[in-house]
Amino acid sequence: MHRRLEPHAACGSADRRTSWTYPRKLLTLPPPPLRPPTPTRSPDADQKRAARGATRPGDRVFLGLSRGSGIFLLVIMAAIAVFLTYRSVIAISKDESNFLTTLEWNPTAAEPSFGIAVLVYGTIVSSIIAMVIAVPIAVGIALFITHYAPRKLGGPLSYVIDLLAAVPSIVYGLWGALVLAPQLIGLYGWLDDYFGWTGILDWQGGAPRSLFTVGVLLAIMILPIITSVSREVFRQAPQMHQEAALALGATRWEVIRMSVLPFGRSGVISASMLGLGRALGETMAVATVLSPSFEINASLLDPGGGTFAQNIASKFSEASEMGRDALIASGLVLFVITLLVNGAARMIIARRAEYSGANA
Amino acid sequence: MAKRIDISGLNAYYGSFRAIEDISMAIEPRSVTAFIGPSGCGKSTFLRTLNRMHEVTPGGRVEGKVMLDDENLYGAGIDPVSVRREVGMVFQRPNPFPTMSVYDNVAAGLRLNGNYKKSELSDIVEKSLKGANLWNEVKDRLNKPGSGLSGGQQQRLCIARAIAVEPKVLLMDEPCSALDPISTLAIEDLIGELKERFTIVIVTHNMQQAARVSDRTAFFNLSAVGQPGKLIEIDDTERIFSNPSVQATEDYISGRFG
Amino acid sequence: MSQITDAPRRSSLQGATLPKWTPWAIAAGSVALGLGISAAAGLDSKIQWGLMAAVFFVIASYGVAARVEGPRQAKDRVATSLVWVAFLLAVVPLVSLIWVTVKRGVKVLDGYFLTHSMGLITDTEPGGGIYHAILGTLEQVAIATVISVPIGVLTAIYLVEYGRGRLAKAVTFFVDVMTGIPSIVAGLFVLSFWIIILDMGYSGFAGSMALTILMLPVIVRSTEEMLKLVPNELREASLALGVPKWRTIMKVVLPTSIGGITTGVMLAIARITGETAPVLLLVWGSSFINTNPFEDPQASLPMYIYLQYANSGGSGAAYDRAWAAALTLIAFVMILNLAARGIARWKAPKTGR
Repeated sequence: MHRRLEPHAACGSADRRTSWTYPRKLLTLPPPPLRPPTPTRSPDADQKRAARGATRPGDRVFLGLSRGSGIFLLVIMAAIAVFLTYRSVIAISKDESNFLTTLEWNPTAAEPSFGIAVLVYGTIVSSIIAMVIAVPIAVGIALFITHYAPRKLGGPLSYVIDLLAAVPSIVYGLWGALVLAPQLIGLYGWLDDYFGWTGILDWQGGAPRSLFTVGVLLAIMILPIITSVSREVFRQAPQMHQEAALALGATRWEVIRMSVLPFGRSGVISASMLGLGRALGETMAVATVLSPSFEINASLLDPGGGTFAQNIASKFSEASEMGRDALIASGLVLFVITLLVNGAARMIIARRAEYSGANA
Repeated sequence: MAKRIDISGLNAYYGSFRAIEDISMAIEPRSVTAFIGPSGCGKSTFLRTLNRMHEVTPGGRVEGKVMLDDENLYGAGIDPVSVRREVGMVFQRPNPFPTMSVYDNVAAGLRLNGNYKKSELSDIVEKSLKGANLWNEVKDRLNKPGSGLSGGQQQRLCIARAIAVEPKVLLMDEPCSALDPISTLAIEDLIGELKERFTIVIVTHNMQQAARVSDRTAFFNLSAVGQPGKLIEIDDTERIFSNPSVQATEDYISGRFG
Repeated sequence: MSQITDAPRRSSLQGATLPKWTPWAIAAGSVALGLGISAAAGLDSKIQWGLMAAVFFVIASYGVAARVEGPRQAKDRVATSLVWVAFLLAVVPLVSLIWVTVKRGVKVLDGYFLTHSMGLITDTEPGGGIYHAILGTLEQVAIATVISVPIGVLTAIYLVEYGRGRLAKAVTFFVDVMTGIPSIVAGLFVLSFWIIILDMGYSGFAGSMALTILMLPVIVRSTEEMLKLVPNELREASLALGVPKWRTIMKVVLPTSIGGITTGVMLAIARITGETAPVLLLVWGSSFINTNPFEDPQASLPMYIYLQYANSGGSGAAYDRAWAAALTLIAFVMILNLAARGIARWKAPKTGR
């Protein structure tokens, strides 16, 4: 006969250590419950006020200071938008041709005529090249660090990648112009030989200071940001789903494909958008590497073209007041584009946070 | 189809810490063997050495022999991936792939292991879901995400996923500890049916459950915290719960410690 | 797949496995093949033979594994090798960049270079130094830091300790937006209101303002994260003793997280020190020493690099100076980074693991 059989409620938690470790979540604490002050002085409001304890002078001063700083930040953002728009309106109203489609940049002429078509093209093309190169490599490195590298190597490796991000962009520019570009001549020749017929990869043999080289350099520069965000997402992929895949007899790659990549997809997308934001606004690296011209080339390998940021940096020193306003107008367009891209990235991240929070 | 497991001289480590020491036992085919014992005694670790999942844990390392019929799982040239196909596993918390539908979850293991025709695949999925007593509940929602099911259904989905690849042995690591009593009952019934086809090993903290579902029971213990866990005894369940040969087992079962 | 794979298999468990040295052997073979083809075709670009070797490596891994181990293992190996290749591809430019900068930077980098300005030396002549640029950079960065640290930290305190409701949400959102502002746009903004509308003239301070805009969101973000790490129990313990909230923040919350905040500030400094574009628009540049950041154009280290490069007309002396300045800049930024991470590790909250 069975003797007293009792479920053992006491056992349980310690044993989990041996089965798997859950991803450690950041300890996020909700801020202490505080309400914004209510303007009407009802007894209810008084009670709240008392409960909040912000009646001491020290508290009031401190709250005022910190809230003031927050408001100051909003004021700066508003000021950026207002001043840029103001100068842009002045510039565009004097523009004799269509600001969006014109293929020249002559703000100082008697009849100012300038447009951003070339800049839009150059910015988008160089960023696309950068993304096509950087995203797969960054995902590869992130996987390498989280799932492939020996554990002892993972830490130092992420560190090295972070150092890549710390190198100032002007140094990338110098390196890109004097080291990377000459190295690409061979590749250019090869691309021209085999893919020249496409037109896009046609090469006349000029110096390799083209949008393609810019794209390669931008790829190297945005690699760290994409890598570090993807790495964090992959690291959080639930261990239990990876174990489920393993227990079904999946190889390491199959585990990643079944449980890590689906989990990290939105994270990788938003990381890429953040990288794209960087690539769109990068100035000095493009200004040093590209040999600019105000025209749209079908070929990516021939020098020429320009980007928003590069155009501002290189035209600025010789610009008159009208010229500066025209550059500010183009800067406003760049500002709006990066806002949209970054906003989209943030939204994806936020939605993902909610999703994973609900599942936790 | 079900296979016998013979373990001899098995030690498992986390880094330099020895989690279980010198375990030898035999697990009979087509039967249910339950592992019981206090927390931290290495039951789960031991279970995970049986399909080479232990070495997935950073620092995890195993010494000794685990014979699946006449093959040593830790022998030279053995592919851990193939081992895990032969020895399936069900985890403590139900873990269906959240991005896959019910159907795809069950088919996940099959898709890894070869090219099946669509009709073949559907047949196996249906058979596995029926085998897991889940078919009637999900047959109308096969294309819905697996994470939308209740906890007990999810766990049976995981069992269906595990048996779809026709393993020889099925390991269950506290499969009911995250479930309510009714779902637990459903799983226990299922275990009773599955033992006709598979060798089943189950870790449980619930001794009533061990008594209800298992044919043989192994009791693990550790002499002190920080010491490796050991096998105290293994015997027919009936005997362990009525007349164990070791005093510690009796103390544990009668609730005097643990 | 083929008969060969099935024949030697003793059992279902025993997958044929390639010996451990296989990847290395394939890698060596690929590099040799890449070099060989390059030599035969007379290519001298290292990038090319590197790319070729990488491609050979991936293809050969797949081929060998598919023959011996089966298609699934082959895919696994390809994924592994692709991931390795991705990693190597990222390391190559970093190593090259550091190597070239050091090699070419040390040529003219000496005491004289660090303690003299360009003065009347033209860009194509040898000689001169970066003293004026270092001075300008230090002053501009210092001013930007002095403005943005208090504002940034206070904003973070507002968001974490007080922030509820619409204002806090708006601030959070716009801090995110600010993080993404291209540096040249920040420069244009200061240009439009400070120089064009207020007619103030180019100066180090104008540059500092743009740098402040770039620095603020970074400081707010990192400080916010650090404040959130302070356990609520600490705050409650202090409040329960009757300590006013603001003193709790000053005496308990900030001291607990000061290590992390310092790290964030140093990383932010490291980031803006290398900013070139806004400085180019607002500080204008000068080859003389100007100690007053509030009046007249100044120089700055990153801008110096750009001007030496852009105005050199291919002169070796100017390139040498550009590299030496780049080396100085990288050294400065890296030291800041290392120190910041050192502090972070040293002051890290104990997690009890």
